[in-house]
Parts: sequence; structure tokens; C-alpha cells
Amino acid sequence: MTNALTRLLETRDWLLADGATGTNLFNMGLMSGDAPELWNADEPAKIRALYDGAVNAGSDLFLTNSFGGNASRLKLHDAQNRVLELNRISAEIAREAADASGRDIVVAGSVGPTGDIMEPVGTLSHARAVEMFEEAGRGLLDGGADVLWVETISAEEEMRAAAEAFANLDAPWCGTMSFDTAGRTMMGVTSTRLAEFMATLPKPPLAFGANCGTGASDLLRTMLGMADAAGEGANLIAKGNAGIPKYVDGHIHYDGTPELMADYAVLARDCGAKIIGGCCGTMPDHLRHMRAALEDTPRGPRPTLETIVEKLGDFSSASDGTGEDANAAPRRERRRRRA
Amino acid sequence: MADEEDDIILSELDDEELVLQMHDDLYDGLKEEITEAVNILLERGWQPYDILTKALVEGMRIVGIDFRDGILFVPEVLLAANSMKAGMAILKPLLAETGAPRLGKMVIGTVKGDIHDIGKNLVSMMMEGAGFEVLDLGINNPVENYIEALESEEPDILGMSALLTTTMPYMKVVIDTMVEKGMRDDYVVLVGGAPLNEEFGKAIGADAYCRDAAVAVETAKEFMARRHNQMATA
Repeated sequence: MTNALTRLLETRDWLLADGATGTNLFNMGLMSGDAPELWNADEPAKIRALYDGAVNAGSDLFLTNSFGGNASRLKLHDAQNRVLELNRISAEIAREAADASGRDIVVAGSVGPTGDIMEPVGTLSHARAVEMFEEAGRGLLDGGADVLWVETISAEEEMRAAAEAFANLDAPWCGTMSFDTAGRTMMGVTSTRLAEFMATLPKPPLAFGANCGTGASDLLRTMLGMADAAGEGANLIAKGNAGIPKYVDGHIHYDGTPELMADYAVLARDCGAKIIGGCCGTMPDHLRHMRAALEDTPRGPRPTLETIVEKLGDFSSASDGTGEDANAAPRRERRRRRA
Repeated sequence: MADEEDDIILSELDDEELVLQMHDDLYDGLKEEITEAVNILLERGWQPYDILTKALVEGMRIVGIDFRDGILFVPEVLLAANSMKAGMAILKPLLAETGAPRLGKMVIGTVKGDIHDIGKNLVSMMMEGAGFEVLDLGINNPVENYIEALESEEPDILGMSALLTTTMPYMKVVIDTMVEKGMRDDYVVLVGGAPLNEEFGKAIGADAYCRDAAVAVETAKEFMARRHNQMATA
């Protein structure tokens, strides 16, 4: 089955994804603590403006405003019964924005984590997680999303639940995890582990990779590990934050400049990423610079860690738990292992 | 690696061995073994406070170090903390009876609009593990919840957590309200959550940003020590 994303992946060398959702919506007046998804119904013009920001900046793909559009997350706002509706509208507005552009633009239906911890460590069952992801995905497909795009996941179990839900919907999908803890996800997943298990899923994603996390440097180190593990032909996604968040005059500002994100985009491609975008703090101006840099800069050699640090700044941790470090982690000396 | 000879009978270990074994069992998140070992030590006449500090708190301190250093991750720490909790459930009533010393009290909660409670729960459990009394307000707390709890519970520390860039600014709303009410300086305010950093903590007027649960415990202890010193010299 071909779809808009498959076609673009086949014909293009790289694709520019979008940037931040939350940061942009704050600038339009969203109050901290409020659910961005409610704006799909209440402030559709602003959501259209959010999408147009990415489209006009040259994005080939953008995510819908539905990150928190699952029953578990919307319950906070007593909107757990509106998952289908809010997600459908988020995709409908996106469809209009994409179709009005006159270019081939992919509408990616954003699906964020449930926020719950899955069994056996936590309380969320696999079946319930699949059910919630399926509901979220169904709404997005009803509204016209080309692909489902699960992002900011930290647990392998949760990614597997999403994958199963999307397979049930027979929907093409992409998935990214957030590597924000010493180069791993909060739950300890490494970049290489993600590449390994994604490839073995019954219905593998069209593309996979990393989003959010700590900063642009860390994200590229993640990309290098993932590219090694995934091998030739895998479509990797890099969606890093525009620097780190700072609090300025009552709102959050990310310190990554458009120029820095342009360097990041070019390096991300050299690391092996095919779909390149930003995450928190990435505004249309950043995207324009990223697009221009990707168009004007020839492909370079795979960057070293030193090059990444030189251009984008230091890593947040010494290692990311891959390569030689994977087995060399200083395990605690144990007395006796118990049965 | 479950060799026959690896089977350990807890009741056959001497005190020192048993306490070391408890550190390992906490590390491995073995709840039943921790419960059993706490009971054995009680039967041997150990003071509840000694079991708490020498076996459980020390064991969680080791877990905390490896969590901080990126060797253990959230799932392992949650299992360890759950085991710790099982041991604490036995000790808590006994500790109250024996009037064991208290380090301090903390009110903690995830801010409005945010459902995430993983980090907050970890902090809660590690703080309890370190001997603090903790009142957990849960998730999605509007500023009123925090203020009410501060007024009724009179804790030493307020902890706030946010995991979303869309909810982290709400911490400032809470701190600003505390300032307005003239109660900000009565509490140590600690903040944490994946998208935060030290600079953000400073900018919104928190006393400290804590990178993870282990750091939160260390920071809380430092502030309590400073407070006690101030009181002593005042």
C-alpha cells in the first residue's frame, strides 16, 4: 500500500518535518496547564495558524495537535470522551492546511504517551494501552491523517502497544522515543535497542527515530547509535529541541538559534537521518533556516562526536549506553545472585 | 544464574550478612525477601529505627547512586522503592511508637494539566526512604491545592513536578502565589521534571532544581541541615 509518506520517502533524499507545537501555541495564548487538544474544537483558527506556520516554512510533513489526545491524558480535563472528536478535528484542519499548500505534504497524526506506567512495573495493562492508542489513531485517520506518528515514548512496552494498535487499524505509522536520561529513555532504552526491536515488530514502522530529549547534540549522538544498529535502508527520524528551555519574561524560551538548528539539520542528515525536524522551541523561523541549509549544503561525511560538540555544544552525559559502553557499565559488585 | 548453591536462607544469615543481603534485595526489587528480612531483624530485637536506617535507607542510597549515574533506570528504581515500601509498612507504626527522629516533612504534587507521576512518585518514595514524612497531592494540582496543603500540613519542603513543556510554567504560578501571600520564604521549594533545568528553577524562583529523585533527597537533606543550623544560631 502506498501513501503520501511512502511516496515522498521514495522520491526524496531528505524530508523536513515540523517544529514545536506547545511552544507555538503558548505564543498564541495557550495557558500553562490547559489542554492544547481542546483548541482543536475551540480555537480552530489558531490551530490552522500553527499548521500554516510549518507549511509556509517549508515542512514536508507536520504533526497534528493531538499529542495528548488519548483517554488517559484527556481525563485530566474531563474530556476523556472526546478523543475521537478532538483528534478527528486536529487532522481535518491539518488536511485542509496540507491540501491548500499546493505541495505534497504529509499529515502525520501525533499520538503521545498515555502518561501511565505499563505492567508489570506500573498499572496500565497492555490491552488497555492498545485500546487507547487505537481510539486515538482512529480519530486521526477519520480526519484524514496520512500516517500515525507516535512520539516521546520512553518504554518499549508502550511503543509495542502503539504498534499493535496501529496494526489493528491497518495504518502506516512512524514512531520516535525520547532519549533524555544519560542518553537513554527514562525507562532505560538505548538508541540501538529501539532500532533492534522496531525491525522485529509484526508491522514495522515506515520510519523511526528520536524526538525531544535534552538538546540537539544529544539527539545527534542518539542518531549515530541508531544508524549503526539499523543499517542501510532504514528511514530514521531526528526531531530535536531547539536548545534548552529558559524562562524569560513570563514565558519559556529555548536558547537554540535558527542558525544552530540549521547546523543541526545538516548534521542530522550526515548522521543518517532522513526525516529531520525540530521539537520543543522550534519555531517557523528555525524551520526556514533548516530547510535552506538542507537545500544549500551538500551531504558531508558522518560527523564524529567531536564535530557535533564543536558545532552544537556539549552532551548532557558522558555516555549514551551504546557501543562499548553497553557492556562496560560499572555494575555493582554483587554478593550472591539470588535464585 | 539460579544455581542450587545460590539459594539463600535469610534466617540463617548473621546480622551483618543479612543487612548486606537486604541491600542486594532492595537493588533487585525483591519485595517478599525485604518483608521477610525486616521481620527477622525485628525478631532478633533490632530497633525499628536501626532497621530503617542501616538496612532500608542505606540500600536505597545505593540504588539512588546507580540511578543518578545512569546504571539503573526508572523501572528498576520503582521495583526497589516498592520493596522499600513493603518494609516501611511494617516499620511505620513501630517507628511512631518509639518516637524515632524525623528529618522533615514534604508536600509534593504534579502541577495542573500534567498527568505524569512517575518522577514525583520516585521522589516521594526516595524521600520516605530517606526518613522524610511525605504528603503526596497526586497529579493535576491547581495552585489552590498546594496552598491549602502548605497551610494545613505545615511542611518544610514543597516539591513540584512537571513533565511537559506545556505545564512547567505553571510552577511559577504557584511560587508567585506563595510570594503574594507572603509565605514563600517559609518553605524550601524544590522542582523537577524532564524538561526542566537548573536555570529554569532559578528563573521561576524555586530554591533548587533536582535532576532526579536521588538528587532531590540529597538537596532536601542539605536544606534541612542548613535550616537546623540557622535555628541553632538564631
